[in-house]
Amino acid sequence: MPPLLQVENLHTSFHTRHGIVRAVHDVSFDLEKGETLGIVGESGSGKSVTCYSIMRLIPQPPGRIEKGRAMFGGVDLLSCSEEQLRKIRGKRISMIFQDPMTSLNPYLKVEDQLIEPLLIHEEISHAAAVKRGIEMLDAVGVPASAERIKQYPHQFSGGMRQRVMIAMALITKPDLLIADEPTTALDVTVQAQILDLIKKMQKELGMAVILISHDLGVVSGFCDRVNVMYAGRVVESGTMHDLFQRTKHPYTRALHKSRPVFQPKGTELYTIPGMPPDVSKQIVGCPFAPRCEFAVDYCTREPVLLKEVEPKHTTACLRVQKEGLKL
Amino acid sequence: MFRFIARRLLEMIPVLFIISAATFFMVHAAPGGPFSREKKVSPEILKQLNAFYGLDKPLLQQYGNYIWKAVRHGDLGPSTKYANWSVNELIGASFPVSLELGCWALLVALILGLGAGIVASLRPNTASDYIPMSLAMAGICLPTFVLGPLLIGLFALGLHWYNALGWDFASDRVLPALTLGIFYAAYIARLTRGGMLEILNQDFIRTARAKGASPWRIVTKHALKGGLLPVVSFLGPAVAGLLTGSFVVETIFQVPGLGKFFVTSAFNRDYTMVMGTVIFYATLIISLNLVVDVVQVWLNPKLRFE
Repeated sequence: MPPLLQVENLHTSFHTRHGIVRAVHDVSFDLEKGETLGIVGESGSGKSVTCYSIMRLIPQPPGRIEKGRAMFGGVDLLSCSEEQLRKIRGKRISMIFQDPMTSLNPYLKVEDQLIEPLLIHEEISHAAAVKRGIEMLDAVGVPASAERIKQYPHQFSGGMRQRVMIAMALITKPDLLIADEPTTALDVTVQAQILDLIKKMQKELGMAVILISHDLGVVSGFCDRVNVMYAGRVVESGTMHDLFQRTKHPYTRALHKSRPVFQPKGTELYTIPGMPPDVSKQIVGCPFAPRCEFAVDYCTREPVLLKEVEPKHTTACLRVQKEGLKL
Repeated sequence: MFRFIARRLLEMIPVLFIISAATFFMVHAAPGGPFSREKKVSPEILKQLNAFYGLDKPLLQQYGNYIWKAVRHGDLGPSTKYANWSVNELIGASFPVSLELGCWALLVALILGLGAGIVASLRPNTASDYIPMSLAMAGICLPTFVLGPLLIGLFALGLHWYNALGWDFASDRVLPALTLGIFYAAYIARLTRGGMLEILNQDFIRTARAKGASPWRIVTKHALKGGLLPVVSFLGPAVAGLLTGSFVVETIFQVPGLGKFFVTSAFNRDYTMVMGTVIFYATLIISLNLVVDVVQVWLNPKLRFE
């Protein structure tokens, strides 16, 4: 049985006036049915672009998917027709976005937006769709759902809007939910509620989830497997336990070290020296090498490929691959 | 909502007062009078004429009388230029013509303008954007007194599809409506493109795409409401301008509309006619702006709670 989603050699770039920005470079991963995959990385590492590429939601132009395949239910999402893709979007793959303030249409009632996926994808009467909308709002914990559904987005708080987004994404019972930093724009107290809600809905519906985040803390309690991205590439992939306890890439290690929780009070916080590389230039060798404390001369010369060094645990670090470097 | 409309209607009263007073004293301050052009008017006859139209009374009293009759009976007085015609009758006879021409022109403006604007906004910076937008730029730059003769030359004298002028047959509506409507169409096209582009780049459009909405659905259901807000604001004054007729277009095509009175009545020092047309036009503009505000509140739910 093939995996639910199989991404192979995805390359996405943006053709701007200042050159070609290679936002995603040769990204491959599989996602099983019901699995939870985390994608972490700093801003600009290509984690969101990866997911938008899979849904073909990047603005084209300037964006362009240069190469790759994303097989989902026997269909290549990257090369199928728009019409075919529209049948999958919102029906079998749903998305929720970072900012619930701007992701809901301020000119339309919540009801119209919430039930829209049903009206688009299913043969259903308006009244029946509204009924399911209200049930869905109940399920995601919006109180007084029958009245609230008649209101406009600006009458909802940020957390409540994200609940509406989740209800809207899940109303068609999709096989895959892509959550692009769903908690970043929310208060810390609300963040945990929203993550719990996604977890709860995942258990009920049995869907797979891709969670994009720059927060290792958010991902750690949530995901079966995590891809760490850097400069548009996956640099390490494994279970949460693998990444935390048996780190195989210096970048992942540096990310751990930067977490404030792990540092004694009063000492200066650890930061990774230098800046992420400019992805509009061709990168030879390992993109992290200039900032890496373990880098040796061949790191900046030799081509880098993701390799499995332990079962289901891959790394792009050349030294780990060649010398079995202990981190 | 009801209180909002009622308040705005009450606000019309002082505005109309100020406009009428300013117009009244300005036309009376202008040199000459309604009878100063006519040949050989003897002082006695002039005195009688002035007495008949009440022009011999003090200015303030004249204004008071005028306003009293206008408010009390809706009577805008007799025209001082067209004997035996009242201003009400003149407006009543010519406004329907301007109204019809205006409606056709509005139709032209909306169909061409919205169509071109939406098409341009869907694929910005491609040929389907550049072509309608450069046409719109030309439409804004071409004055009606150039466009009118151009259309006559092409469609009336060249192709013989329509009459060059007149207002007798249904086909006589085409050229004036195009001439009058194209400028507004061009303006609406640019406003539509701008408004739509802004909306189409919003996050919630991406949400709609992620839901599997078709491009048609995205435009009609998600983008139009917000994208047309700038057009709606423009439509208030535009509709008032279209419906009351245009001096230039009516003169070019010899259309017996209201537009020509705006200019000729001022030249003739036809005091009551100037007042009548100004008050009529002002009332129309204020009312249409009110309609625009109501439509905007309906389009933009956020305004409803402010």
